[in-house]
Amino acid sequence: MSNLLDLLVAGLATGAIYALVAVGFTLLWQTSQTINFAQGEFVMLPAFLMLAVMHAGAPFWLAIILGILLSLLLLGLGFKLLLVDPMLRHGVLPLAIATMALAIGMKEAVKQFFSAEASPFPSIVPAGDVWVLGRVVSLQSLGVLALAIAVVIGLTALLNRTSIGHQMQATAQNPTVARIIGVPVERMILLTFLINAFLVALASLLITPIYLAKFSSGEVLGQAAFIAAIVGGFNQVRGAIAGGLLIGVVDNLAAAYVSTQYRAAVPLILLIVIILFRPQGLLGRPEERTV
Amino acid sequence: MRSGIFAGLLLATVSAATALAQGAPIKLADVAELSGGGATVGNNWKNGIDLAIEEINAKGGVLGRKLEVTHADSQSNPGVARAQVQKALDNEPYVLLGPGYSGSVKVTSPLAAEAGITQIMGGEAAELTQGGNKFLFRTSFGQQSSMPKVAKYINDELKAKSVAIVWVNNDFGKGGRDVISKEFAKYNIKVAADLSTEAGQADFAADVSKIKAAAPDAAFIYLNEEESARILKELKRQAVAVPLVGETTLVGQKVVELAGDAANGARGHVGLTTDAPVDLVKAFREKFVKKYNYVPDHNGLKGYLAIYMVKATTEKMGKVDAKKFADTLHGLTIKAASEPGILMDVTFDEKGDIDRQGFLVEIVEGKQVVKQVLPKLN
Amino acid sequence: MTAIGKYWRIALGVAVIAALIIVPMNFNRYGLYILSQWAVMTIAAMGLNLTLGYAGQVSLAQGAFVGIGAYAAAIMTTQGMPLIVALGVAIVLCFAIGWILGYPALRVQHHYLAFVTLAFSTLAFLVFRNEDWLTKGIYGISNIPRPNVLGFATNRPLPFYYFCLGSLGIVSLVMWWLIRSPWGRAFVALRENPVRALSLGIDTRRYTLMAFAIGSALGGVAGTLYAPLTQYIDPVPFNLSLSLDLLMMVIVGGSGFFFGPFLGAMIAVLLPEWLRFTQGYYLMLYAVAVMLLLIYSPTGILGILDRYLTERRTKAASALRAVAKSRLETAP
Repeated sequence: MSNLLDLLVAGLATGAIYALVAVGFTLLWQTSQTINFAQGEFVMLPAFLMLAVMHAGAPFWLAIILGILLSLLLLGLGFKLLLVDPMLRHGVLPLAIATMALAIGMKEAVKQFFSAEASPFPSIVPAGDVWVLGRVVSLQSLGVLALAIAVVIGLTALLNRTSIGHQMQATAQNPTVARIIGVPVERMILLTFLINAFLVALASLLITPIYLAKFSSGEVLGQAAFIAAIVGGFNQVRGAIAGGLLIGVVDNLAAAYVSTQYRAAVPLILLIVIILFRPQGLLGRPEERTV
Repeated sequence: MRSGIFAGLLLATVSAATALAQGAPIKLADVAELSGGGATVGNNWKNGIDLAIEEINAKGGVLGRKLEVTHADSQSNPGVARAQVQKALDNEPYVLLGPGYSGSVKVTSPLAAEAGITQIMGGEAAELTQGGNKFLFRTSFGQQSSMPKVAKYINDELKAKSVAIVWVNNDFGKGGRDVISKEFAKYNIKVAADLSTEAGQADFAADVSKIKAAAPDAAFIYLNEEESARILKELKRQAVAVPLVGETTLVGQKVVELAGDAANGARGHVGLTTDAPVDLVKAFREKFVKKYNYVPDHNGLKGYLAIYMVKATTEKMGKVDAKKFADTLHGLTIKAASEPGILMDVTFDEKGDIDRQGFLVEIVEGKQVVKQVLPKLN
Repeated sequence: MTAIGKYWRIALGVAVIAALIIVPMNFNRYGLYILSQWAVMTIAAMGLNLTLGYAGQVSLAQGAFVGIGAYAAAIMTTQGMPLIVALGVAIVLCFAIGWILGYPALRVQHHYLAFVTLAFSTLAFLVFRNEDWLTKGIYGISNIPRPNVLGFATNRPLPFYYFCLGSLGIVSLVMWWLIRSPWGRAFVALRENPVRALSLGIDTRRYTLMAFAIGSALGGVAGTLYAPLTQYIDPVPFNLSLSLDLLMMVIVGGSGFFFGPFLGAMIAVLLPEWLRFTQGYYLMLYAVAVMLLLIYSPTGILGILDRYLTERRTKAASALRAVAKSRLETAP
């Protein structure tokens, strides 16, 4: 039993990471039908940007600020202007393929210009442990969980309480109508890209101390986030959060109680089951059938 | 395609022309995991090679001829490795270097043997040198020679009766796990938990809680450096107190750097490490860090040694003769006193396996401390 | 004009086929290996092109089907069975698995096939790796024999290349026939306008499933050639990235164009080769090249050609119209 609690806590901590990455994923899908296969690499890159700034001699806090700004510039603005905008009108698939190429390019660039080695990364959360309900929990895990929760609250508030949020929702639901009623659709789409860039930079900052900075670390993460987004509901922010947490927990329980060799299979089987019985995802709203 | 061949021909003609002029470069071909899952392995190997060649060429080369290497990327994929090795062999190199992944070695070694070209590689799987291939040489201990030492230590020193094995599910990890399981069976040591993990795995909570539940006398951990660091952190967090034993990848400097004080107490057998208490190895490490700005793992050492194997063998023959290379290297002992680049005395047997000093080390307060030197056998 | 165009096309086709047969004769082993690889990948990509380009469904498991075919070939031929039997098994197996996978996914909505196949791709990899008794796990299967075709041994690189090329030729002919058959027309009708296809009485789900299952079976065919090509297989090459690579080949070449996979596979196999002189930068340049191409022409390379030809045709047509119009105006 105590074992189970440990696993749950650990699973939630990992799941919170998936959730953070999955949220950005669903945001991009909702506002601009972008399936970003480079989302994992988007989380990998900011840590290297920060490390690069630190190597240039800047203190950690400055590296964080510059790293986030650079992420907004490259992964938000740059990604949208250089890749998404020219391709969007041609449909979902060519753009999705282009993001696959982008993922390869980003990995190779980091490997070539930085290092093929893993580097340690300083933690903003102190490395200690705390006792919660008689269990040892690392502060880092708690930090990630807390941030994930803060993001959900923040994003939900932004989307539901502010006029910008309402405009973003309108854009996501029906851009044509939104444009007619005077929503600056373009600006709203840009905003979601910036939010995504900000989220991946935050995720990068939080998880790199645990995952280590490595050019290939986005692969596992990107796929997990993708699965989390589908399981939770591709068109809902809270769906992505729920999906992320669920995948994290299921993964840990599978490794403990099913088979370590097949642990990666269990979330995938969950995915197939969900598609069979609740195709819109756990918390998603059904989309109209295309056929 | 055609233009590539044309360029190749042109290059060959040009280099043939310079060959006539005076001591043409000796051509080596390297095929390694420069991208994909094995990129860390391959890039360390490549950097080690480049460093050794730079040193040797700065001192006038081998028998007055410079060394020259071409690097090709196997993308960590045996199919691509085969293509690249085929290409390298078509250009008739003096010696073939790499690959590092055992699967890629397995698919390429018949090609090199058929061409009569010596292949010096980084793979550690036991079976590689057991197929009677006369052209294949290791740069490090195969698992068939390192694992018995670890098992003996667990039995004799730790007096363990049950062990948990944690291994990474690729050819490296599975190979080590299979060999050591047999060794444990010989000592009647029970395997209390047999845990496979994924390369690149970040979350070891479930694995560690399984070790905890199995309550073994010792845990044998056979993962790559990064995953070793992560599981050490998790073991510490869940306060698992059993002795942790491993190989080079558990007790290297890289692991200490990544895991911090969670690495304390980890111990293991180390065949090739930049932390070896040998002056020449320390000097190598300094040179490497100076050139590349990071501390290499054992793959960096392997690449470096491969080049010095080429040098020592060639000087022994007194001429550059690709056909006689393998014969000369079989049974050859290279002494660090006469060839400092080889770092530690080493002997190659008839199968292409190596015999060299090894160490049993323990991490104490973030430093690797050598507990026991396992001498060279002969 | 069309007649001349037709002759030109036939002449071009004959020239290309002749070149593929004659030119490699004096290639070295490496060149032949790469060309054989191209032929194998083209077959796999053709299968995916049927699923994607003609039926409009995204499959992220083509690499897994190649893996299934490769394992079928490796396991059976190392047991002494002929490759042709393995081929049959691979085709049936991949077709059946494709059907079973596609059935629930297509019940819902079309991008769900992408999600299900994504999951399947990784599941297949895990089975290849974990079921040691069947696949020899991570150690892989070595010494895979090359087949005897009509009494000719294909051990040497050149005969084996001709074997791959011949297989590609047969697959191409079957494909050519298929997309001109009523089935093929139904596939295209589905992609172009599913609602209309439905109203015309086409059972859209069955046809989509059929396209996906046939496409998957072609992946299996490619796999049965891949195993004797490399003569050693382990699970790693058949992970998700192969599926993504194949998808990239189809899109880059031009999905929905018959010759798209030929071009796409050529670029994927040969472009890294041509860029090799750039040392460590070649994959990076490859990625950039793919992105630039897709930005310039989302319909791939053949899309550019198509656009060019259409433009010329419209220009020619409008020129004719202008002439006719001026005649009309000057007539009275």
